[in-house]
Amino acid sequence: MTFLSLGLVRGLGAQIAGTAVGMLLVVVVRALMGLEAWAAEPALVVGAMLGTITFLIGVGSMNDWFKWAGGEETPMHHGPPKDQPAWIRYFNVDYNHRVIGVQYTVTAILLLIFGGALAMVFRVELAQAGRQVLGPALYNTMIGMHGFVMIGAILLGFAGLGNYLVPLLLGASDMAFPRLNAFAFWINVPASILLTASMFIGGWDTGWTAYPPLSVRAPLGMQLYFVSVFFIGISSILGAVNLITTILRMRAPGMTLFRMPIFAWGVLATSIISLTATQLIALSFVMVMMQRLLGMGFFDPAQGGNPILFQHLFWFYSHPAVYVFVLPGLGIISELLPVFSRKPLFGYKWVALSSIAIALAGFLVWAHHMFTSGMESFLRVPFMFTTLLVAVPTGVKFFSWVATMWGGKLTFPTPMLFVLGSLSVFLIGGLSGPPNGMVTTDLFLHDTYWIVGHFHATMFGGFVFPFFAALYFWFPKATGRMYNERLGKLHFWLVTPAFWVQSLGQMQVGLMGMRRRIVDYDAALGIDGGQMLVTIAGFVIAISTVIMIVNLVRSARRGEVAERNPWRSRSPEWQIPSPIPEVAYAEPFVVVGEPYDYGLPGSTYVQMGTAAASAGD
Amino acid sequence: MKHIVIASVLVVIVTVLVILGLTSVDLVPQLASEEGELVDQLFIWQVYVIAFIFSLIVVFVLYSAVVFRRRPGDDSDGEHVRGNVPLEIAWTIIPLIVVLGFGVVSARDLNDMMTSDPDQLVVEVTGFQFGWNFAYPQHDVTSSELYLPVGRQTLFRITSLDVIHSFWVPEFRIKQDAVPGRWTELMVTPSTTGDFRIRCAELCGYAHAAMYAPVVVVEPEDFEAWLTGQEVEVPGSGELTPAQQGEQLSQNSGCLSCHSVDGSAMVGPTWQGLYGSERQMSDGATVTADEEYLRTAILDPQSQIVEGFDPIMPAAYTGLSDEDLAAIIEYIKSLAP
Repeated sequence: MTFLSLGLVRGLGAQIAGTAVGMLLVVVVRALMGLEAWAAEPALVVGAMLGTITFLIGVGSMNDWFKWAGGEETPMHHGPPKDQPAWIRYFNVDYNHRVIGVQYTVTAILLLIFGGALAMVFRVELAQAGRQVLGPALYNTMIGMHGFVMIGAILLGFAGLGNYLVPLLLGASDMAFPRLNAFAFWINVPASILLTASMFIGGWDTGWTAYPPLSVRAPLGMQLYFVSVFFIGISSILGAVNLITTILRMRAPGMTLFRMPIFAWGVLATSIISLTATQLIALSFVMVMMQRLLGMGFFDPAQGGNPILFQHLFWFYSHPAVYVFVLPGLGIISELLPVFSRKPLFGYKWVALSSIAIALAGFLVWAHHMFTSGMESFLRVPFMFTTLLVAVPTGVKFFSWVATMWGGKLTFPTPMLFVLGSLSVFLIGGLSGPPNGMVTTDLFLHDTYWIVGHFHATMFGGFVFPFFAALYFWFPKATGRMYNERLGKLHFWLVTPAFWVQSLGQMQVGLMGMRRRIVDYDAALGIDGGQMLVTIAGFVIAISTVIMIVNLVRSARRGEVAERNPWRSRSPEWQIPSPIPEVAYAEPFVVVGEPYDYGLPGSTYVQMGTAAASAGD
Repeated sequence: MKHIVIASVLVVIVTVLVILGLTSVDLVPQLASEEGELVDQLFIWQVYVIAFIFSLIVVFVLYSAVVFRRRPGDDSDGEHVRGNVPLEIAWTIIPLIVVLGFGVVSARDLNDMMTSDPDQLVVEVTGFQFGWNFAYPQHDVTSSELYLPVGRQTLFRITSLDVIHSFWVPEFRIKQDAVPGRWTELMVTPSTTGDFRIRCAELCGYAHAAMYAPVVVVEPEDFEAWLTGQEVEVPGSGELTPAQQGEQLSQNSGCLSCHSVDGSAMVGPTWQGLYGSERQMSDGATVTADEEYLRTAILDPQSQIVEGFDPIMPAAYTGLSDEDLAAIIEYIKSLAP
């Protein structure tokens, strides 16, 4: 094994070389055109794009496609590469959905740490009035970075869960398009590097929303941000194609749509949005990119452009995107609650269809981000009503969860605690939503810290808490070892109260007049106490996350050996050995019952083939 | 059934407690506009409903967690209940009616907020990086402070010179973006006299946090007096000394959003004691802040960056006339020790 046998290393080398070639190309073309040869912005954009493509070639994610183009067959290889240690497959292109799932999940956690660290720095700045540690240039860059790094972390975290779990839950041998799956993961690596690099070439001062005309005037870092969002978006679209195809075409015999594990419904709803809406954020950013590079005045009123057009295009994705983040998380809640309540999921069809309803309604609500924007004022009323409709299927989920627990036999290991934590935090986020959805109260709340509190509670309750629940829940299945229960509970009891304090504190200072995205606030608002509380709570959340990471890393190596099915779940992945063998189901299983019929004597969900059932005994 | 009754009673108690708790603290800042009353009224109704739903979910979840916890040694499952269609229909329809009802109220309020009085005062608001200007077209007055008469509806016609800003006075509650290349409108009827602040609510660049402008709401007769004073002052501005002119200009051009005149550190270096001092540049050079230095610093801000500050001043002031530039420099000179 040499250093170069790591695909990651080859990819990074190729990215550097590709970026240099791209920049040189621009210099040569400009010189030939008789322009001044060096212009930083076009050179950087072309370099960044070419560098991303060469990374994907260098890492080896397109090898099979090149061979196919040359007429060569490439049989699917299972297991780690020959004559290499097993861990090496995590740093190389590997087609196994569980390897890709782990790659996504670990990258997501790294981004989560990075984005969280940024937040800790600017929460110190905001802990009291006056300037503490940050100048406005760095502050503005950091809030924008925090925003998109966290969005990336959530998108990758979702992809991690989706890739790892969907084939296992459905009884599919792998994802429908394993090569596309690996390609979709690896795009994120050069894109994350570009995103990070944008901080070091001047940053950008617009926040992640990048509204023009400000983004047209922003420093050079803006362009790298656009390029990185563009590529992360492509990953999202390709991942959605794969997940939708897998869910619709590769279910085990007997598994009708309404017999799927409920998480698959969340993934399906989310993927419909990713597949069809992501293009719009890419489009809006590419238009600003073109306005900066080529002077196309899409959003410049002096050239007949319209700054508000950008907001329509941007929010057409970026609002549904929040449902991309929360629907899988809510799916995890619905998936885990029956297991720990020992009762069927209450109203399975209603819960499943409520995900689809939220996804579809989500397409009709984008302009509620624009009630103050100066768009046609009467249009605000229909958008208010469509927005309020989203509350209805969300309510159905809450009531169904409560009814699932009611009369059950509840136990509270760490995953269940995080499910309940999700419920409570998402409740805060959900209930603070309708005031922003109603035009008149939104004219007050828009662009204040109330909104910051609202969406952090929805993102944490809707994705991050369920993500943690899922990590703890499937950890024994993935590693074959148990996490440390005491540390898990410590994590929970730190993060949940801290998150309530943070959310309610953010909303309170927002109501008192604290605006979003300001490096310093007016001491006269009298919100110093609230701000300090939010900062302290933020640090408690950060510390608790460190505890989780320590717990998972240590337990993966030294934890107690896990039973095959410690949660007594009916789901198929718990009926096979832990850790899961290279081929999860030696024979396809057959679905013979409902997924969540806990309490129905003698019923099972799946019937394993004889080979699978005996493999681990 | 016993459990449902107990939990329901608890829901009522917790709802009352949450409402009492929330309404006993100051949820929102002082209210100073008639339109804001509609906002606050709707908001408080929302708080009541939120308190109820919050209590409903939390009580039922915690009640389940305590009462329906698994006892040691009990490995059996819970009741086998797959669902209840009438219940599902109920908790779909009832929330639907509630949110639609709220929507109707909010739409009606919006309509009220957008109904104009014949006797409106019109103020043209112009946002720019990083400040605000106000013109009173009915009176031929411009100002860098927003004076308003109490009790009279004001129509703000809002625009921006550069990027998107947002016109917001928290005490008035409602806000409206300022968009370059178009006029947006907002109607506000101030309901109490007092001093307030416009706080730009849309991220507009590095000094966004400091983009304030004073708002003074006064009795109608005081407003008339102020207008008269302004009308007199404009033609008479020639009588001001250059330093006084410079002071006005730097207020109106937004300089003072980033540069303090009292020595405090803001986004940019303070002007107090600036003139004639030795300046340490970020490239290590030391420069004396003479007239030439100040002129360059205003017209080409990126050419010299003072140590400890970011290169973020917009190059937006090249349009200043030589006379105006000289006046601003005179003003900075007057702040020398």
